[in-house]
Amino acid sequence: MKTVEEIKAAIEAAVPGAGVTIVPDPSPSGQHSLLVAHELAVKVAEFLRDDTELALDFLSNVTGVDWLDKEISEKVKVARPVTKTVDGVEQTVEETVEETRKRVVPGCLETVYHLYSMAKKHGPVVLRMRTANRTDQVEMPSLTPVWRSAEFQEREVFDLYGIVFKGHPDLRRILMWDEFKDHPMRRDYVEPDDYEYEPTAHDEVLARAKAHKETGNRDQGTGITG
Amino acid sequence: MGFADTKTARVDGWNRPPVIEADGEGELLEVAMGPHHPSTHGVFRMDVVLDGERVIKLKPVFGYLHRNHEKIAEKASYLASMPYTDRLDYFCSLSNNWAYALSVEKLVGQGVPERAEYLRVILAELTRVQNHASTIGFLLQEMGASGTPLMYAFREREKILDLFEGLTGSRMMCNYMRFGGCRVDPSAAWLDQTRKVVAGLPGFADEFERFLTENEILMARTQGIGVLRPDLAVNAGVTGPMLRGSGVNYDIRKVDHYGIYDRFKFRVPLGDHGDIFDRYMVRVLEIRESIGILEQALKEIPGGPVMDPKAKIRNFRPKAGEAYGRIEAPKGELGFYLISDGGPNPYRYRVRPPSLINLTVLEDMCLGSNVADVVLIFGSVDIVLGEVDR
Repeated sequence: MKTVEEIKAAIEAAVPGAGVTIVPDPSPSGQHSLLVAHELAVKVAEFLRDDTELALDFLSNVTGVDWLDKEISEKVKVARPVTKTVDGVEQTVEETVEETRKRVVPGCLETVYHLYSMAKKHGPVVLRMRTANRTDQVEMPSLTPVWRSAEFQEREVFDLYGIVFKGHPDLRRILMWDEFKDHPMRRDYVEPDDYEYEPTAHDEVLARAKAHKETGNRDQGTGITG
Repeated sequence: MGFADTKTARVDGWNRPPVIEADGEGELLEVAMGPHHPSTHGVFRMDVVLDGERVIKLKPVFGYLHRNHEKIAEKASYLASMPYTDRLDYFCSLSNNWAYALSVEKLVGQGVPERAEYLRVILAELTRVQNHASTIGFLLQEMGASGTPLMYAFREREKILDLFEGLTGSRMMCNYMRFGGCRVDPSAAWLDQTRKVVAGLPGFADEFERFLTENEILMARTQGIGVLRPDLAVNAGVTGPMLRGSGVNYDIRKVDHYGIYDRFKFRVPLGDHGDIFDRYMVRVLEIRESIGILEQALKEIPGGPVMDPKAKIRNFRPKAGEAYGRIEAPKGELGFYLISDGGPNPYRYRVRPPSLINLTVLEDMCLGSNVADVVLIFGSVDIVLGEVDR
């Protein structure tokens, strides 16, 4: 089994301009991953699958991760002019002051692909792709044409995270119902007050009944006219 | 083996289900099979388009049992998700426990004592035996053998569930494994009882096979039906007995060498044709191999602690990082993917459900066959909806 660096070199030799970066994993499992750019991701995937040495023919796991915007506060040393009185004379002196600055690292949505080889019996090789942001640019190329096992799993990521996979043959919601609006696995998802609530034809009647109850006018409560 | 030959030119869309044309005689009928259909093993729906008796389109519909297990686990501590994993595939709670414990142990670099490793193997293999036996029972039930084969399987399953109850306190929701070992040490009496049950299992397998394997109805209904090509099986991520029924030699117990499976002698049964009969046969043979593993493990099990005394239990906060761990569960590759940000809860907790992913090829296997065969093909996939919908 090749190391991540060797796989990266192999990809870059086979697919020029693939734009692969290594994302190290500090945990004891040591499953470092490869961050792939969108443009040539399908080409990279096809290379990984068809290369005789790697032969990653089995895509085991596809999943999404939501990284929120992160606010980082860091201490920076800044030179700042300070007015001081030295020996009775007012002077402006440069002094280094520590200042806390806040900086926002923009969040993104990420998909993670765990690849194994059934022919060579090795793995895992971890691929990642990231969207530009979490709001409007949430598109990503689909790897379903390369590995069929991504079909339902990418649908699930689309359903629960809202990542739109370009080139997926059948991108629909899979676990939530079609009319559902939000993406529940996102970190900032707000749960509804009433899970069972659905707008029904009865809502109008309830609203009317409530209005009548408030006014005390019960004669028109039936709503039957003519 | 053909599937490994990557040089063969692939036609575009080779891994998509074929398009079946209607013969033009009569109208097409759209039927929603499920979610409340006796053959769907729970709440699962297949939207089927029928041309007469022939299936020309099939779309599986999921989500009736969806409870967002992953979201709940991200809001709970690592240990608090352990009992919840029992509810994924409620036939094999101990395998689920093991897969989750294995992933967390990978994430924190935790070892497991010898005795606990043996216990894990014993419990996982007992789980496999009862799962395969019940699967075959259900399959026969769907074939029209109403009840009887299932009761034979359940009689044996009952003995195994009694063992689980004796050890863990619960028949199905065992919640037994911990990060770094197991929860309670079994008594000598429990091990003796297990040896007794295991000694009775080969007789059960023989009896099961005597009635079923050469049964003419079973052969007629299953041979050549629901064929799955090995190259498609690999590409679609099919795992477990379904994959091996198609003749692909891939058993995670042999590939990943997790636990202590390297110490036991067992073979990986493979099918030739990839039809329902091969999947049935692979399961029967896996029962026999599991019995072999059980006999070896029960003979060799050492004394000692069942829990690593250095394992951290309270204030369990793994360092930032990620890990994907997987085991060969009775239904296929069960994996857990965890990302830690250093907090007490996992930042990301993902279950790789074998049941859901094995259903990817359901349409491919069913197209062109009769409705009655769809029920059998679906039964031979072996799913549990608790795991499909999560």
